Amino acid sequence: MTATAEQGGAGAAGPVLRTRGLTKRFPGVLALDGVDFDLSHGEVHALVGENGAGKSTLIKVLTGVYAPDGGEMRYRGEAVRFDAPLRAQQAGISTIYQEVNLIPLLSVARNLFLGREPRRFGLIDFARMHSEAAGILRDYGVDVDVTRPLQGLSMGARQMVALARAVVADARVVIMDEPTSSLEPREVETLFSVIGGLRERGITVVYVSHRLDELYRICDRVTVLRDGRVVHTGALADLDRLGLISLMLGRDAKEVERQGATTFGGPHERRAEEPVLVADGLRDRRRLHGVSLAIRPGEVLGLGGLLGSGRTETARAIAGAMPLRSGRITVAGVPLRRRSTAAAIAAGVSMLPEDRKSEGIIPELSVRENIALAAMPRLSRFGLVSERRIDRVVDVFVERLRIKSAGTRQKVAELSGGNQQKVLLARWLALDPKVLLLDEPTRGIDVGAKAEVQRLVDELAAEGLGVLLISSDLEELIEGADRVVVLKDGAVVDELSGEEVSEGALMRAIAAGDGDAAATDAAAEAAEEGSAGAEGVR
Amino acid sequence: MTAIGMPAVRVDRTRAVPWLQEYGVYIGVAALLVFNLVFTPHFLSLENFRTQAVQVTPVLILSLGMALVIATGGIDLSVGSVMALSAAMISLYLGYGPVVAVLVALVAGAAAGAVNGALVAFAGVQAIVATLAMMIGGRGLSLVLLPQLDGIRNPGIRELGAGEALGVPYLVWISAVLVAVVVFVVRRTVFGRRIVAIGGNRRAGELSGLPVRRTLLVVYVLCGLLAAVAGVLATARLQASDPNSIGRLIELSAITAVVVGGTPLQGGRVRIAGTVAGAVLMQLLVSTLIKHDLPPSWTQIAQTAVIIAAVYVARERGRK
Repeated sequence: MTATAEQGGAGAAGPVLRTRGLTKRFPGVLALDGVDFDLSHGEVHALVGENGAGKSTLIKVLTGVYAPDGGEMRYRGEAVRFDAPLRAQQAGISTIYQEVNLIPLLSVARNLFLGREPRRFGLIDFARMHSEAAGILRDYGVDVDVTRPLQGLSMGARQMVALARAVVADARVVIMDEPTSSLEPREVETLFSVIGGLRERGITVVYVSHRLDELYRICDRVTVLRDGRVVHTGALADLDRLGLISLMLGRDAKEVERQGATTFGGPHERRAEEPVLVADGLRDRRRLHGVSLAIRPGEVLGLGGLLGSGRTETARAIAGAMPLRSGRITVAGVPLRRRSTAAAIAAGVSMLPEDRKSEGIIPELSVRENIALAAMPRLSRFGLVSERRIDRVVDVFVERLRIKSAGTRQKVAELSGGNQQKVLLARWLALDPKVLLLDEPTRGIDVGAKAEVQRLVDELAAEGLGVLLISSDLEELIEGADRVVVLKDGAVVDELSGEEVSEGALMRAIAAGDGDAAATDAAAEAAEEGSAGAEGVR
Repeated sequence: MTAIGMPAVRVDRTRAVPWLQEYGVYIGVAALLVFNLVFTPHFLSLENFRTQAVQVTPVLILSLGMALVIATGGIDLSVGSVMALSAAMISLYLGYGPVVAVLVALVAGAAAGAVNGALVAFAGVQAIVATLAMMIGGRGLSLVLLPQLDGIRNPGIRELGAGEALGVPYLVWISAVLVAVVVFVVRRTVFGRRIVAIGGNRRAGELSGLPVRRTLLVVYVLCGLLAAVAGVLATARLQASDPNSIGRLIELSAITAVVVGGTPLQGGRVRIAGTVAGAVLMQLLVSTLIKHDLPPSWTQIAQTAVIIAAVYVARERGRK
């Protein structure tokens, strides 16, 4: 084992957790490649890297979800090997996941104390449990009736309960994976003050986030992962933003500044002014409050906005995957009458869903079957599958998208994330669509595949497809889209086109409409909800 | 609390388990055959093989439908009761001739399947609950329609149960044809591909524009129809319609045959050849124990052991 080039002090008390040469291999991917990772007592440690850099794998190995293939791990000075998540938890390493793992039907207090309830005569002492729970949660800015089921709480409040639970359970290390992705700004502030409190108590926090602002606000040190390797560890204050981004992307800072970080080409020539897709006044019960947009052939329309602004819902509504209360959708001049995915597909609309695992791939089926899935009616005659036609289509797309597999009969679950995503793109392109809706097409895939997907989006638009691009990656949106429609609270608040599409303008557009406007929106929404409720009663 | 490092000795389960799940059933059948060849007198006779093939028929046919349902991620507990329902129909409508009686029985089975399918696909009831209701209700209805055993003297039905063509009983011919049809449906039709796609990831299927609900409905109708076929054939062989005892607990044998045959309970995959082998395995197991004069209680225990082994292997797989 070689000594590590560690920068920044490891703290007076020495590392609470240290790994040396940690390796984890998946079929086709080396997810972790000799990772040396150190955590000091009472520090907030940022773990960053592009999607697919190995962050989640590292977390899962640290917390006993995956067993490492090689390397060693020392926790509080002792060599450890967690063979189940419970063991890591018992040792004091807790993880707060994005989808919080609590039990929705149990009360807030029971969730908080699950497995360590205060007891009296062998029975749960509910009175004590409730009063303690209320007291603890108040420190976390959550003021709720702790006897109610957890499912009534907002996502943010649930996350706080999960966090409080971890700390109650004597956690020494708390790992937070994108903790702010579902939080309101006010809740983010509470979270930060809670994290500050943890630091004072000597608890170590591993903070995983893509939001650089947050990292610079609360983190002490940073470890940058790229392609399964640690490329940098050190104090965050010694690294400026551009430096951090270039480490994550593996490119020279100046180059990043000059060229941008994506492989998109220039703007696309619009072939016709007549839009291929028009969505007008889309409304549903919860998230959409009148979204209208139009996509022309050969155009990439970006959809910007924060999480929960209604971007995904807009795409789903257009693809017929979500019921609408009102609104009109027209594809190539023909209104969509029936709202179903089958009708949207028949009209020429294809949607690549955001969640590749739960809504995209069919893991047990082969690459071939996955590609042919949606186009099956076209690849068959009288209900009988034509293997020859399937092979022809599959071969075309495997070659064009450069899908790497051990053969088209390989199970899609065994492919890397990037190749899975390409399989899904092939599934949709095999339908020969007029409009392609891409919801986070490059999330969670490796850098190489990301560049290829971006190039493909470019090519498709050049061939005359109308593309709707949803991305939380600002750079991708700015460089990929010809025009960006910005959503906020389920309504269009701004539209940028041509030269206006820049990071600054986009940030301002996303940030705009706060304050009074938001309050008015909320009031209008509340009124609307009220009348909707009344309708329901009637 | 520092004692955490438990160095676990691990067999390479990632390889062994899928292999066992895929081929374990054939190994089981082969092992039982070898055992019987060595230890069971008169095992190697044409007459014995014919008996085995005829006896396996009901479970085999049920398990074909069950395999399709399980491939979608569902389950059908009502097949035994649907057998009883079709048996009752035979007896009630035999006055109109054997053809009408059989047709009515099949329609009744398909209708019961349609109710199951509608509950699962459109009302969103869990398959285990919907078909449990049908299991109880279907048996009750059969007993209301035909309260006691009714002997069948119709020569047509008797011929169906006891006759043969080219030296092979009709029952065996019918099950062979049904196996071939189901294999064809699974391998070659769009419908067959949809079944596994829906079982593998229903949400992805919906987003890909597949007619998910319609497909589920048809799968349950097919399962009901096949159960009715099994009921008709069992009645024909018994030469009596007996709604009280026909098909009791047979759903468990059918589910076992499917799971032992390599179709995981969570769906997304279907193995028809494995299912056939699974049904044969259960049949051989029972007949072996009977031939060696073990009491019926031992048969039940042996079946239980096979079920647990199969579910254990399937569980290992699902955990990945």
